[in-house]
Amino acid sequence: MTVLTRPRTEPERVAREPVRKKRQDRAAYLFLLPWLIGIVFTVGPFAVSLYLAFTDYNLLTPPRWSGLDNVREMIGDATLHQSLQVTFIYTLVSVPLSLAAALAVAMVLHKGVRGLSIYRSVYYLPSLLGSSVAIVMLWRYLFGYQGVVNNFLGWFGIQGPGWTSDPHFALSTLILLHVWTFGAPMVIFLAGLKQIPVMYYEAAAMDGASPWRQFRSVTLPLLSPIIFFNLVQSMIASFQTFTQGYVMSGGTGGPAESTLFSNLYLYQKGFGELDMGYASSMAWLLLMIIAGFTAVNFLAARYWVFYEN
Amino acid sequence: MKISRHLALTAVGALMMYPLLWLVSSSLKPSNTVFTDEGLWPHSWAPGNYARGWTSLPESFEVYLTNSLIIVVLSILGNLMSCSLAAYAFARLRFTGRKLFFALMLGTMMLPAHVLVIPRYVLFDKLEWLNTYYPLLVPHFLATNGFYIFLMVQFMRSLPIELDDAARIDGCGPFRTFWKVIMPLCLPAFATTAIFTFIAVWNEFFEPLLYLTDPQLYTVPLALRQFMDSEGQSQWGEMFAMSFVSLAPVIGFFIAGQKYLVKGIATTGLR
Repeated sequence: MTVLTRPRTEPERVAREPVRKKRQDRAAYLFLLPWLIGIVFTVGPFAVSLYLAFTDYNLLTPPRWSGLDNVREMIGDATLHQSLQVTFIYTLVSVPLSLAAALAVAMVLHKGVRGLSIYRSVYYLPSLLGSSVAIVMLWRYLFGYQGVVNNFLGWFGIQGPGWTSDPHFALSTLILLHVWTFGAPMVIFLAGLKQIPVMYYEAAAMDGASPWRQFRSVTLPLLSPIIFFNLVQSMIASFQTFTQGYVMSGGTGGPAESTLFSNLYLYQKGFGELDMGYASSMAWLLLMIIAGFTAVNFLAARYWVFYEN
Repeated sequence: MKISRHLALTAVGALMMYPLLWLVSSSLKPSNTVFTDEGLWPHSWAPGNYARGWTSLPESFEVYLTNSLIIVVLSILGNLMSCSLAAYAFARLRFTGRKLFFALMLGTMMLPAHVLVIPRYVLFDKLEWLNTYYPLLVPHFLATNGFYIFLMVQFMRSLPIELDDAARIDGCGPFRTFWKVIMPLCLPAFATTAIFTFIAVWNEFFEPLLYLTDPQLYTVPLALRQFMDSEGQSQWGEMFAMSFVSLAPVIGFFIAGQKYLVKGIATTGLR
């Protein structure tokens, strides 16, 4: 008991400080223990895959260092180039389209309509289902040769193509599927629009700004950080599309490689042909492409993203 | 103006819902009229599609539903435990390397999963974990999804720090503070995490495809894919019936947990 009441002297406090810090550290690392183990299983494989990228490896025999062979093979691999093209077109078309749709609908909903929560739910629901096998299968039949879409076109005397069996159109049906899931960014936009103070609009209206001018000069700049966030997120996600291509084509990436997303090709190479060295090379190429696009996004952001502070 | 806005919103909404309504309607039509009976209201009804679809795959459908359910429930549990522990450390404790670790965690959020796939597959193969649920479950118990940690960190930071101070003065160590003070207040964040985990894991296709080859272990998405393989027999009605069965839990969770979902994506951008 006397220990507790004894007045603390200065040197003693200094001496106790590191002990307390150590105790805090120990507690924190205990809390972090699962995560710390998890991070080993993330950083480890990350490094290993870089090593495998320069090897010839088929899972059955140990990896054999092959230097830049994989890189050389990638340069000449027309199928890889096709898969990159599919992924680029898909990303560069579907991401802007779905973000534009999301923003447009969010603007209308934000104006305040009766039954807002019902509309929001109806628009949001598809984004939870869009990557499920059931929906991609459904899409395949909606757009099939005798599917609903062609039935509809038939009313106007138009014989549509077999959208999913024609290499010219197969990817566009998947782009439509992506646009169908605009609800997720829409909800984020709605939350962002709510943050914009009404007084800005009032001031703009007082200065005689038209609704379009208000949108351009008030809404867009103040919403730009959120648009940017959505853009980066959606692009990273859509570069990694797999299920849509796999299910639509039954795993082949067809017709005529028109839905062969990069990740699908990676899967075919790595797990179909067990060419895991080459697949690792592709994984790193994709990583660098995604990192590159993200970096460009961040650089471009300086010119159009506006931060209030 | 108001009416035209409602008309436009309703028209877009109807267009968005049409594929789902068509799916439900087709699941109730005889297979041979699915593509000829154009209306949403079936001319002839075939509710038997559900019974036949249930048993038309190598395993009865409840096997797949049970498999998916086991994986989903354990994944939710794993995410809640491991992510809340990590989030508490990041949000409330000061420790050496905190900034570095936090940056690392944010970095893993951006890291495309496909870069890790091959080494992880090799590792799971060496551990003889292929054709078990371990590759699908263990990562969730190791807080590998930074999004959920981030969500909980954001939430915990919004709680007043005085709570922790008061608990400390009352003699609580960090573990008791976490368990008795912070955890109960974080229930909304946990609900959001649980719902997102449910939907993500329920829909997950790539990982089960990779790690499960034994049909008895198949999850619902893998099971559905089998309908495509046996396409020649054109069991469309049955296929759409089971498709709807696979979507129903997600739709149900969505209706029940809307509040948490909308809040969750609004704060983290998770989808």
